Amino acid sequence: MSMPLVWIELIVAGLLVVSGLLVLVAAIGFVRLQDFFLRMHPPALAYTLGSWCVAIAAALYFSYLEGRLALHPLLIPVVLAITVPVTTVLLARVSLFRQRAADADRSVATTVQPRTVTDADRHSG
Amino acid sequence: MSTILSGAITFALACYALASILVVSRLVRGPRAQDRVFALDLLYLHAMLVVMVLGVRHRSDYYFEIALLIALFGFVSSAAMAKFILRGEVIE
Repeated sequence: MSMPLVWIELIVAGLLVVSGLLVLVAAIGFVRLQDFFLRMHPPALAYTLGSWCVAIAAALYFSYLEGRLALHPLLIPVVLAITVPVTTVLLARVSLFRQRAADADRSVATTVQPRTVTDADRHSG
Repeated sequence: MSTILSGAITFALACYALASILVVSRLVRGPRAQDRVFALDLLYLHAMLVVMVLGVRHRSDYYFEIALLIALFGFVSSAAMAKFILRGEVIE
């Protein structure tokens, strides 16, 4: 509590600016990259550093304002660190699965001759 | 609140808005379904960060709970949509 408010506000302002720039870079990478598997990488910047910067800024600011240790904003990046890998891995599996299915369809369409409908097709639904 | 901090808050909010516009362009254009789901997940993140920065600006603790709720809803909705486009149903 010995630091004056100006220094705390300066640090908080710097963290917020860094977070904004990181989120912007992540969004630019997400829009400009070519493939879905490439596009999955830049948002990691926003998910980790972007949210940590904002949370540390909020924790510092509230700790100074209330005169006690206010660490609850740090809970948010921790929650993100638990949940984001789950959705990311699920989406990567979705993309792999659908790409594999599309490739299988294409190879079947190019190798197998068009055929007439058989009884097995009618009963397989 | 000093002008430095309020300027930084305005800059961060403008960055989030610009990033959200870019992500929405990917959401509209996205060639496949998984691009759109990922773009929605990023939009949840941007909304959460905006709420946290507004909490700093208004010096209020209540924004923290809103941000936590947005994070959890974002996880649930993204996982449900990923499961849906993987299998065609959410709960097997």
